[in-house]
Amino acid sequence: MAASTRSQVLSLYRMMLKESGRFPSYNYRSYALRRVRDAFRANRKVEDPKSVERLMEEGRQALALIQRQVSIGKMYGVQKTVVE
Amino acid sequence: MMSPGRTASCRLLRPASWLSLLQGSQRSAGGAPRRELIKKHDLGKNELRPLYMDFQATTPMDPRVLDAMLPYQVNYYGNPHSRTHAYGWESETAMENARQQVADLIGADPREIVFTSGATESNNMAIKGVARFYQAKKRHVITTQTEHKCVLDSCRVLEAEGFNITYLPVQKNGLLDLEMLEACIRPDTCLVSVMTVNNEIGVKQPIKDIGQICRSKGVFFHTDAAQAVGKIPVDVNDWKVDLMSISAHKIYGPKGVGALYVRRRPRVRLEPLQNGGGQERGLRSGTVPTPLAVGLGAACSIARTEMEYDHYRVSMLADRFIQKILSEIPDVVMNGDLEQRYPGCINLSFAYVEGESLLMALKDVALSSGSACTSASLEPSYVLRAIGTDEDLAHSSIRFGIGRFTTEEEVDYTAEKCIQQVRRLREMSPLWEMVQEGVDLKSIKWTQH
Repeated sequence: MAASTRSQVLSLYRMMLKESGRFPSYNYRSYALRRVRDAFRANRKVEDPKSVERLMEEGRQALALIQRQVSIGKMYGVQKTVVE
Repeated sequence: MMSPGRTASCRLLRPASWLSLLQGSQRSAGGAPRRELIKKHDLGKNELRPLYMDFQATTPMDPRVLDAMLPYQVNYYGNPHSRTHAYGWESETAMENARQQVADLIGADPREIVFTSGATESNNMAIKGVARFYQAKKRHVITTQTEHKCVLDSCRVLEAEGFNITYLPVQKNGLLDLEMLEACIRPDTCLVSVMTVNNEIGVKQPIKDIGQICRSKGVFFHTDAAQAVGKIPVDVNDWKVDLMSISAHKIYGPKGVGALYVRRRPRVRLEPLQNGGGQERGLRSGTVPTPLAVGLGAACSIARTEMEYDHYRVSMLADRFIQKILSEIPDVVMNGDLEQRYPGCINLSFAYVEGESLLMALKDVALSSGSACTSASLEPSYVLRAIGTDEDLAHSSIRFGIGRFTTEEEVDYTAEKCIQQVRRLREMSPLWEMVQEGVDLKSIKWTQH
């Protein structure tokens, strides 16, 4: 498979942010959004295609994890916190 | 309780008076009726939840940890000690994997990790186990006055069995005096126990130096690293630590599991606390809870990769919080050394304000004054007493905890509310009025009617 293009990376980034925003818990939601953003930002300069592919795979697994945990969070609802 | 032939540098608090402080707070936690100013009440359906700023008491589970645990709660439910079928094998693989993850975090070999039910059990195992194993020749144990209750209580039990325990005092900044420690080590000392990061004031002890001293004198060194593991870099070989207690629920893992690191070279022998089928090298019999162990392993592995990121964030948020508070209200004391600390544990004393009333006023934020284990009684925390805090300041201390999931908004909100409420409570305080007028409170003669 060809190395991930810039648009694929951006698409993964957008999907991860969108999914992270769906966490019902304030703390998990803010953490996921921040962590995803900071992780992509930190790896912005990576050039080597193998590393890029490895990071993309990690990202896809993380996306699946976020999706699962968002569902679990929605199953067991919780009220909003004071800062929301 | 002076050891014969020792110099005055080892003159310490008599155990009787010191332990009676501990007993006092324990009695009220036990069964006697106690006054509770903050009444327990369930949150109404539409009531907003308070912010969580009590990360030293426990931490929320990281979603990645839960994700790792669930398969073992749902489908892969085998007993890891079952040797005859796939359920057992896959469970064992998961457990050993988790063991490797814990070992990697602290720089140990996986064979040196024993899964327990938490840091309390690990502390009990380490202290009682080592002391009892070597009791023929060695009858002395050294610990500090700021240790966790489980360590102090284990030492009390050992005293009843005939051991001599030295409870070393700490300096005003919460740090141990290394010369005092060295002077106290006797030929019949078997164990020194000092916690790495204190759960109440966040002070970080000079573990590397203590390890050096203990190794040079041939004494085993145990450290309760529950608050330190996964937050600051820990290396048992660099620090020359022989036993280390780890707690999962302090590092975003599940509650009910922990680990004890027991060094193999040079070998540390323990008398097991829990006997049975010989699991965990015979040191802790009983089925290892695979999902919990997997959770602990996942928490350790995540902590390893996230340590730098988290530490940077927690330091930044802590500075932000402290700057805000100190710039807006006077007469605030931070308990514990300012440099040698873990930034995420901030213990502040607000003069002329009562701690419980401030906690009640800050009902939108989950905080504690004193550790979760001692906050039941109205006695000020023994840790604050050990660092020489004045009685009145000890009563007005609050512990703020910052962790991986804390946001800037939460920190700002807490600081704002805190400033607001402290000002309001001080307005109502007659002591504050007197101070404003320039009266020296210590010169007041309080009379009885």
